[in-house]
Amino acid sequence: MIRCENIFKSFDETEVLKDISIVFESGKNNLIIGKSGAGKTVLLKILVGLLNPTSGKIWYDGHDFTSLNHKELQKLRNEVGMLFQGSALFDSMTVEENIRFPMDMFTKKTKKEKKNRVNYCLERVNLEGINDQFPSEISGGMQKRVGIARSIVMEPNYLFCDEPNSGLDPKTSIVIDELISNITYDDNITTIINTHDMNSVLEIGDNINLLHNGKLAWQGTKSEVLKSQSEELVDFIFASPFLKKLRGQAIDEL
Amino acid sequence: MIKPLLFHTGRYFVMLGSTLRKPSNFRMYWKETVRQMYDIGVGSVTIVVLISVFIGAVSAVQFSYQIGGTFIPKYYIGYIVRDMTIIELAPTFTGLVLAGKVGSNMASEIGGMRQKEHIDAMEVMGVNTASYLILPKIIAAVVIIPILVSIGAFVSIIGGYIASVPFGDLTNLDYIKGLRSFFVPFNVVMMLIKALVFAFILTSVSCYQGYYVEGGSIELGKASTNAVVISDVMILLADYIIVLMLTT
Ligand SMILES: Nc1ncnc2c1ncn2[C@@H]1O[C@H](COP(=O)(O)OP(=O)(O)OP(=O)(O)O)[C@@H](O)[C@H]1O
Ligand SMILES: [Mg+2]
Repeated sequence: MIRCENIFKSFDETEVLKDISIVFESGKNNLIIGKSGAGKTVLLKILVGLLNPTSGKIWYDGHDFTSLNHKELQKLRNEVGMLFQGSALFDSMTVEENIRFPMDMFTKKTKKEKKNRVNYCLERVNLEGINDQFPSEISGGMQKRVGIARSIVMEPNYLFCDEPNSGLDPKTSIVIDELISNITYDDNITTIINTHDMNSVLEIGDNINLLHNGKLAWQGTKSEVLKSQSEELVDFIFASPFLKKLRGQAIDEL
Repeated sequence: MIKPLLFHTGRYFVMLGSTLRKPSNFRMYWKETVRQMYDIGVGSVTIVVLISVFIGAVSAVQFSYQIGGTFIPKYYIGYIVRDMTIIELAPTFTGLVLAGKVGSNMASEIGGMRQKEHIDAMEVMGVNTASYLILPKIIAAVVIIPILVSIGAFVSIIGGYIASVPFGDLTNLDYIKGLRSFFVPFNVVMMLIKALVFAFILTSVSCYQGYYVEGGSIELGKASTNAVVISDVMILLADYIIVLMLTT
């Protein structure tokens, strides 16, 4: 479980996040949604400690994140996996070396154990046999999946995904959502996903948090989305006139 | 002017502080260090040799011209070429040229990793990126660049020979006599100290420029230019300070 309390963040004059308090539970797909520029990436980076909040507190299962010393932070970091918006694969390394990197750096596993783990992770993202290819040689969707494989290689307790399915076709998108969701349920990890993909919201949203103008505008589960009267949420999810019409019909039928 | 200067100096030393921490995994660091040594050494030896030949040649011809019509004996050419290259030209020229070649390369490599979020990705994993990305480069440079400078000094002396003896400026024996005159072993120590300091300056300054780059490709280009310009200025400044400290 990760909990943030009263998070504020400003860059110079502009206030990007205003008073965000959210509880992200383990074994659930916790979604942060919102328009482009709403502050999703900034919030995610604050939660993993890549950015410092202007003010506010963050807890990882009861550990006060901002007051950890160097050693404790290092230990916690080994329990964190993160998929970046642009995958952030190291382009001078092969797919296998990318996935192996955290193990090389932090574990004393044998070559064989590492190889097996890499293959297992590649299998989970349906990409067997591309071990020796370089990131530049595979498609964007494959890079995303390799990014996921790398983020789960250390069996994290906390998984952060920044737009795991942006730029992917709907089918691959669903495959990736299912994948993340399975990992979350199977290993009971705390997963936080940034997305503006409507399908993801309605498919895997166990705990949905809508950011609007830097504020937390709506909170709920996927089954509550349809019934919600929140103007911001309706505007965001049912963005096109066509979808608004569908929503109207669905509500009439209920 | 003074505020950014203080800001950058402070941040530079903070970066050095986290760079010079104990590595979390010696094998990974060692692998990276060897790779860097190879890159710096093999990648730069040609240019260093080429430049050194000319430095030696020009020194010889110019000194020969200067002592023409005076009572200074010809064999002094060998002596002057040797000491000028060892004390000053080999370390400084090599330092300046490598700032342009190795330094700009390091700045853009690290800067690219910053912009593509590779550094963030490593940080999230728990890697001390300032250390993992920079320490191997500094160690590699501090080992390899003094070797390159020594090669440069040696080649310069040959360059001086090529430019003077075959053209009848002085005889083979005179040049060698010059090379063997007034030899002060401490000058070689001074050369190595300079090479070491310059190597440290050019890698740490260049890595600093890359490590804190922001924005896009224009900023990356600027960082790479700054790496060279600032390294060059710092190298010349350090040169002056070292000479003052070691000769007076
Ligand atoms: N380093 C920074 N310096 C200044 N402003 C920033 C910085 N990073 C983000 N911002 C601002 O914060 C706001 C939120 O950005 P953020 O990247 O979190 O959006 P997002 O919700 O992730 O959008 P997208 O869906 O397009 O990825 C933007 O207005 C952006 O301009
Ligand atoms: Mg974003």
